[in-house]
Order: sequence, then C-alpha cells, then structure tokens
Amino acid sequence: MKPKHQRLALLGLGVLVLGAAAALVLTAFEDNLVFFHSPTELATKEVSPQQRLRIGGLVQDGSLVKSGSDVRFVVTDGAHSINVAYRGLLPDLFREGQGIVAEGTFQNGTFTAREVLAKHDENYMPPEVVDALKKSGEWQRSGGK
Amino acid sequence: MHRFANPTRFVALARAVQPWAMTIALATLFAGLWFGLLASPPDYQQGETVRIMYVHVPAAWMAMFCYTGMAGASAVALVWKHAVAHVTARATAPIGAAFTFLALVTGSLWGKPMWGTWWVWDARLTSVLILFFLYLGYMALENAFDDRARGQRAAAILAIVGAVNVPIIKFSVDWWNTLHQPASVVRLDGPSIHPSMLTPLILMAVGYTAFYIWVLCLRVRADINMSKVRALKLRNA
Repeated sequence: MKPKHQRLALLGLGVLVLGAAAALVLTAFEDNLVFFHSPTELATKEVSPQQRLRIGGLVQDGSLVKSGSDVRFVVTDGAHSINVAYRGLLPDLFREGQGIVAEGTFQNGTFTAREVLAKHDENYMPPEVVDALKKSGEWQRSGGK
Repeated sequence: MHRFANPTRFVALARAVQPWAMTIALATLFAGLWFGLLASPPDYQQGETVRIMYVHVPAAWMAMFCYTGMAGASAVALVWKHAVAHVTARATAPIGAAFTFLALVTGSLWGKPMWGTWWVWDARLTSVLILFFLYLGYMALENAFDDRARGQRAAAILAIVGAVNVPIIKFSVDWWNTLHQPASVVRLDGPSIHPSMLTPLILMAVGYTAFYIWVLCLRVRADINMSKVRALKLRNA
C-alpha cells in the first residue's frame, strides 16, 4: 500500500466514524432538537405547569376570539387540538388556517402563550395564481386565505 | 485532474476562466436583481417581502456549496498533497463565510415581518450559524501557526470534520420540527414555487456561482503570486 492510499483509507475511515458518531448524537438528542411539539405529542406527554415549551400546528378555522389585546384560539394538527390564550401583538401572517408556533406553559388543558410566531410554508406563488386556483376549485391547502 | 495540480497550469486556467466568470456573474446578477426586485409578482401571503428570498436562498445554497468545495479540496490536499488544493480551500473560506453571513442577515430581516422574530434557535438556523463559525474557525486556524504547512494541515482536518454539518443543514427541516420552512426548489416532487418566481431565483443562483468562481480565480492567483514573492524574498535574504 502506497502512503497515498494509506492516507485515503484513513480519511475514508475517519469520515465514516465521524458520520456515525454524528448520527448517534443527533438521534440521542432528538427531543431537544425539535423546535416545537404537536398537539398529539403534548397529549401523550407529561408536562409540568411550570415547564416552558413550544407547540406548533394550524390555527383552527372559526376558533379565533379577540377581546382587546386578549386572544384565544385553538391549535390543531388534525388529530388533537389545544386551547391557546395569548395577550399581545400577533405576527402579520397569523390567521385562521395558518401554521403557528407558540411558546408558553401548559396547564389545565389551556396553553398560555408568551410568544406567538407564524410559520411560513414552502409554497411561493403570485396572488393571481391563487385566485385562479380557487376559481377552478383546485385550491386545497389549509394555509392562507 | 492531476494535470492542474501544477500551480503554473492552474494559474493559467484561472486567468482564462476569470473574465468569463466575471461577465456571466455581472450579467446574471443584474438580470436576477431586475427580475427579482422589480419584474416579478409579489407573493400571495408574504407580499413584497418575498423579494428577500432572491438574495437569501442562493446565498444559503452557496454557503453550503463553498463549504463542500472547501472540505473536498482539503481532503484532496491531505491525501494527494497537492499544494493547489490547499490554496483553493484557503481562497474559498472567506467567500463562503461572506455568503453565510449574507444568508443569516437576510434571513433575519425576512423573519421579523414574517415569523414575528429576528432569530430563533431552531435546527436550521442554529446549524447555519455553526457553519459560519466553522468558516471563521478554519480561517483562524489556518493563520495560527508560524509554520504554514502545519496550519494548512490543521485547518484542512477541521474543514473535513465540519463537513458533517452540511447534510445536517440541508435535512434539518425534514428531520426535526423547525420554524424554518422545508425546501421549495431542491425536493423530490419538484419545485413548489411558481415559475415567475423561480426564474429570478435561478438567475441569482447562477450569478452567485459565477461570482464565486470569479473571486476564487482572483484569490488563487493572488495567493500563488504571494507565495512566489515570499520565496524570492527568502532567496535574497
């Protein structure tokens, strides 16, 4: 084996070991790497009332109630839903049917949010295209109006 | 490939490529900015803010592309001991760091009006920040030794180790829940972005790539000339 091939083999082995190590670490820390939990995950999880966490899902259609700066709405992932209470300004993209992430605490079936962020999806298109899609009845996505 | 391990040949190649890369970069960047900022429609949800994407997304692509190139060149330099590979990796680092910085800043500017926050510690944003630090670390380590060969070796190893971060960046949005949206262009079932918006995005991506090649040629030539100057000074000292 020439030194060149030895170095190549060493490098290949190193990269393999490194990749495996990274994969193991990322799998082990999966719980800490997710940015938010879905309502279904929250339903099956034990959460203490003091624990701060983030939930994410779609704002259920027709669930938004505003009184002054107090906002109540329901976040759903289709299977489970959570009541959310929030006081403060909502981001521009916030609307019913839109994906959001809320940070706060979960207590007695109500999620008290301290911060609400809007989640944007991966679809980009001009408004006219959306109008055309809606007209032809091919508009199926829940996000956006 | 081994033909171009010779610095003289490599410099000749870089000199020939440089004006072409410059022309393509200037033309496509001008066209891309024109289409992106003026002649493309607003988005149905984001409105005019979508235009940040034309600067942000190709910058993020180039951030990963440059790092992959840097790690690949470092691997070639370690295994085959080609001096030009070290030069290429070294010349790429600040360009890649600049692209990463641009992606981070424009992403933050987009995040405030769209998400409602400048920054969150989700997997995508955090892994790109780590990429930025890897670039800085590479440059610092490269210059930290009096013996240049040792610095190059150490930095090359860092570049290869850090390459594990590149697939993490790409797939972070698929593996974990993130605030950042999943991929719109490079995905299995085709782009989820309207052709009128894809055109300026592709133009910008071509422009950024040509810009990278242009600046890379310039930096590689300057780097090799500097080595010659150093060698001459040593001989005359």
